[in-house]
Amino acid sequence: MSELASESRQHSVPVSHDGSERQRGAGMSTTYTVRDSATMLRRNLLHIRRYPSLSILLLAQPILFLLLFVYVFGGTLGAGLPGLPGGGDRSDYLVFITPGILFMTVASIALGTAISTATDMTTGIIARFRTLNIARVSVLTGHVLGAVIRTGLAVVIVAAVAFLLGFRSDAGLLGWLGVVGLLVLIAFSLTWLTVGMGLAADSVETASNTPMFLMILPFISSGFVPTDAMPAGLRQFAEHQPFTPMINTLRALATGAPTDSDLWLAIGWCALIALLGYLWSRRLFLRVPAK
Amino acid sequence: MATTNPAIEVAGLTKSYDDHTVLDGVDLIVPEGTVYALLGPNGAGKTTIVNILSTLLTPGAGEIRVAGFDVRREPAGVRAAIGVTGQFSAIDELLTGRENLRLMADLAHLDRTTATTSVAGMLDRFDLVDAADRRAQTYSGGMKRRLDLAMTLIARPRLIFLDEPTAGLDPRSRRDLWAIVREQVADGVTVLLTTQYLDEADQLADRIGVLDGGRLVAEGTAAELKRRVPGGHVSVQFTDAVALAAAAAAHPDASTDADALTLQVPSDGSIAGLRRLLAGLDDHGVAGLTVESADLDDVFLALTGRAAEARTAEEISA
Repeated sequence: MSELASESRQHSVPVSHDGSERQRGAGMSTTYTVRDSATMLRRNLLHIRRYPSLSILLLAQPILFLLLFVYVFGGTLGAGLPGLPGGGDRSDYLVFITPGILFMTVASIALGTAISTATDMTTGIIARFRTLNIARVSVLTGHVLGAVIRTGLAVVIVAAVAFLLGFRSDAGLLGWLGVVGLLVLIAFSLTWLTVGMGLAADSVETASNTPMFLMILPFISSGFVPTDAMPAGLRQFAEHQPFTPMINTLRALATGAPTDSDLWLAIGWCALIALLGYLWSRRLFLRVPAK
Repeated sequence: MATTNPAIEVAGLTKSYDDHTVLDGVDLIVPEGTVYALLGPNGAGKTTIVNILSTLLTPGAGEIRVAGFDVRREPAGVRAAIGVTGQFSAIDELLTGRENLRLMADLAHLDRTTATTSVAGMLDRFDLVDAADRRAQTYSGGMKRRLDLAMTLIARPRLIFLDEPTAGLDPRSRRDLWAIVREQVADGVTVLLTTQYLDEADQLADRIGVLDGGRLVAEGTAAELKRRVPGGHVSVQFTDAVALAAAAAAHPDASTDADALTLQVPSDGSIAGLRRLLAGLDDHGVAGLTVESADLDDVFLALTGRAAEARTAEEISA
């Protein structure tokens, strides 16, 4: 400590009771938001690397669904696809559900983020972060950005599996860039929502259950069968729930088809979910702990 | 140190949950560069005070300034000045020791070169060089505590809060930790520590506040507190029963142990009192003599009407 002691103290500014110190103290949080978020992102990326089993588990889910739906149900479901002369086959069905499966990949990783956020909140280091002069929300931003990167990797792997199974499309580079862009946006919005769920949960178990609807809702959307095939009531729900325009737009972009008003609906839903999720998470995290 | 500018100023601090009162009007002043120990049993309110002073909890009522900043209105200023090592390990177990320190250096907004130097310096000072690149979850209790403290100190805070810093540590680790605290104090840092270990407060603190049921029941230096309570005595050991009986007759307030040939004479610790006692003793009849002052255990008992809960610490360190 002796050589350290000879250096000047980081915060050896004279204490004053006037406003100047306060300005400096308060200003630090905003000035360093980006830097603190980058620091927290590095921390979360290290966590993801050190704890790969969660990523593998989360990734296995959409891949299993893809294999199950293509090889078990794919022949029958493909035959029922509309707009194909003489009915479709297994490979048509693969093309049909791949966008939905990519969406489920995002949802699966988002679910994992609820778990990792809730787990993180049980550790003592979060209390330490609360006593630091940092942009506090960076703790959450780190989780969200880490999840977006993890989602990116997962989506690439799942897409590669789909290609291995025979997925081909007429989509150009622009279309695929659109797919990537929209998936990132979806990941960003769903993750802010699940970070909130992780913070709101009173236990890690609860945190792993509450976001389950993210895995169920894609089934009641245009993801696995055309919504026209559903009975009235369910069909209206499927047509108007937020995930349908997202999956429709992913499908249009990935197959080289023109996008329609669903694109703006998808972006709008993402923006709304992200904003509400962010505000909710921030409020939960910044509230003073109850005990 | 500038006593005009206390590091911590607390007046009339209260905190309660529903109808349960945790802090019931605490007044506290800690001058810069001094060590203040909050001594009390579990549930006395020690951690609540630390949490309020470190902006983790909002106070009920009272005026609270830390490093000159109001904890309610200027929490960012408070946070920029303080470092906190809590009762429970605040390290990231998935990261290595080096990564943990680097994380804190980055969050303290140190520049790259300073951060690297500081991390290396801390690993060296806290004897963590060999374990630097191992995950913290593999560390022993003592190593985790050292890493925890190093993470607090890497930002060079002017004021540190140590909430039961040596709870659960073995005697050697405790002494290591005490040495680190003393170095900080020598460097001008103000320390507020909580402890239920009486000897720890005695060892480290300039002033001690005895907290019981959310109130400071006594405050002062260790010596002042000891003086406030009876319990000091002079033990005189005699060579034979006759000499013991003679001395016992001269000191009716003393207690006699006939088997050990010992007489315990109450003492206020003053030289004059001791001189009077010695004057009345026969040189040839006395085998030995011990002066014992009250220890903080006696103080605690006298002030709160019951013994401190954690006496084991004294046994461990003995």
